[in-house]
Amino acid sequence: MREITFAQATLEAMAEEMRRDERVFVMGEDIARQGGIFGQFKGLPQEFGFDRVRDTPISETAIIGAAVGAALAGMRPVADMHFADFMGVCMDELFNQMAKIRYMFGGQCKVPVVVRAPDGLANRAAAQHSQSIESWFMHIPGIKVVAPSNPADAKGLLKAAIRDDNPVIYFENKILYRELGPVPEGEYIVPIGKANVVKEGKDVTIISYSIAMKHANKAAEILAKDGIDAEVIDLRTISPYDKDTIMESVKKTHRLVIIHEAVKQGGVGAEIAAFVAENAIDYLDAPILRFGAPFVPVPFSPPLEDAYKLNTDEIVEKIRRMF
Amino acid sequence: MTNWHEICISNMSKSVIIQGGVAVLAEFSKELITYFYKTMCRIRLFEETVEKLFLEGQIPGFVHLYIGEEAIATGVCANLTKSDYIASTHRGHGHTIAKGADLKRAMAEIFGKKTGLCKGKGGSMHIADFSVGMLGANGVVGGGFNLAVGAGLAISMQKRKDVSVVFFGDGASNRGTFHEAANLAAAWKLPVIFVCENNQYASTTPHGTQTSVENIADRAVGYGMPGVIVDGNDIFAVYEAAKEAVERARNGGGPTLIEAKTYRIKGHFVGDPELYRTREEVNNQFENNDPIKRFERKALQENLLTKKEMEAIKEEVRKEIEEALEFAQNSPYPHKDELFDDLYV
Repeated sequence: MREITFAQATLEAMAEEMRRDERVFVMGEDIARQGGIFGQFKGLPQEFGFDRVRDTPISETAIIGAAVGAALAGMRPVADMHFADFMGVCMDELFNQMAKIRYMFGGQCKVPVVVRAPDGLANRAAAQHSQSIESWFMHIPGIKVVAPSNPADAKGLLKAAIRDDNPVIYFENKILYRELGPVPEGEYIVPIGKANVVKEGKDVTIISYSIAMKHANKAAEILAKDGIDAEVIDLRTISPYDKDTIMESVKKTHRLVIIHEAVKQGGVGAEIAAFVAENAIDYLDAPILRFGAPFVPVPFSPPLEDAYKLNTDEIVEKIRRMF
Repeated sequence: MTNWHEICISNMSKSVIIQGGVAVLAEFSKELITYFYKTMCRIRLFEETVEKLFLEGQIPGFVHLYIGEEAIATGVCANLTKSDYIASTHRGHGHTIAKGADLKRAMAEIFGKKTGLCKGKGGSMHIADFSVGMLGANGVVGGGFNLAVGAGLAISMQKRKDVSVVFFGDGASNRGTFHEAANLAAAWKLPVIFVCENNQYASTTPHGTQTSVENIADRAVGYGMPGVIVDGNDIFAVYEAAKEAVERARNGGGPTLIEAKTYRIKGHFVGDPELYRTREEVNNQFENNDPIKRFERKALQENLLTKKEMEAIKEEVRKEIEEALEFAQNSPYPHKDELFDDLYV
């Protein structure tokens, strides 16, 4: 299969969906004339025009509010957040408007909005440009949340998100943009809500998503040399998350590890750990392990940021101690 | 003051002069005049009924009444069709009715009944009727601005002739949402009409104590759109101002900010102890500035409607509201199994 980057995969998904459905359009800061700060929109206005690929003012509140309003009036907007960190600016539009409008109006309308949110540590960008905030949205009914870890999923999940009649937040990791990987050409959809068992195993379940999948895969590889056969699950969708796949795996392996780049406290791992503890604690042979960022803002200085990051060696060491 | 302001003010006085004149009044058909009165009476009686039943404990939640501001929703919506949109506020019953929502289902929603417009999921603060282009009341002050702008963007991209109207209070004009929405609508020349219902109080706070300008319409200058001040308790003036703005928007002329000066006769919510104003002030406004009383006086004075005709209209409205109430009271509540319905498509 041909290989393209994660950024190209998202671009391909956008172009295919915009060709397929003229109601689909995209707006955000620096996306049309510049092509997106990570090049993830390059060439789109040339094919679809500046009407459907819109540079907006630096007004996150207006971007999300208008995306929701346009969706209510029959469009299928994709709104780019520039950096996921800026979602704080338009939080009311995201969680009080976008998430609730369908339910509180008794299902009179659909809100097919996709919010694209580049997240994660990259280029030493420090406290306000480096965060992973997916867990905030896991706490909000009415929104779906996805976080692809590779180019193929980037394409398949973005296409699925655009076709979904519900609001979907699409977290795309900034480091992953340049990653190459095999991506199917043309129609390729990754269903929302379904996790991917990347590697089957019988000794321990490692659940991760997005950039942290690198640590999950690497840890599994190292552990295999010790004779520990890890099952690696790429969650793909944060909300609604795939409870069946998690349960099935944990019942088989009897050990659970969750890894994400986001802050550990109150993170996605906390939810999954609680879910497994509530429903399958009798199956567990060891305490659940969670890996995430320390409870502190992302620091700027390189040695400090390095100390903040996930560490595969530490992950491997702690998993070994589960046995 | 800038030139824009002078234009606004001169626009306003022009419309006041015109409205006082017989020549222009002749342009209001009997049908339209009847519609004005009937709609304002509908809203008034609907609200009085809701207030009574809320105080009796039949209606749960919070209720914010539109009493005293009826001329604005009525006069603006008289210029709209079903395919135009409105975004409303926490004080949204009047907008809902003026846009043409079914009174029975509106009342049932306020009761939290299954037959309500939102199946009882929204209530007074989140009432909506998409079948008539009413995109919802909003529990967040200033929450409607960008939704209306987005609807305007959709209209523009779909090359429709429709418009999108957002109603908001003077308090909401201090939210950042207003400023982002106004800029975007003007920058993209979207068919949006910003209708400020300046009822003199942002919740419990008098207008002058927390807002940098006396006239919200002055803020239009900063966004490059026309700002118009209108007497919000004169339905003829509101209708005219809205007509001009709606026509401009329909013809690609972009957004307008209309500031309708009005007065909130009731408290911020039903049960508000109203410690921030005197009864005298309220009574004076109700006697001298109530839009319905003013309409009635004008109608008699200028032979627009007879006393008998107005009585007949009121009687008709009484029946409608009675039926709406009966429908709401006799409707079932949603079943607990419906808790998760409509969360996702």
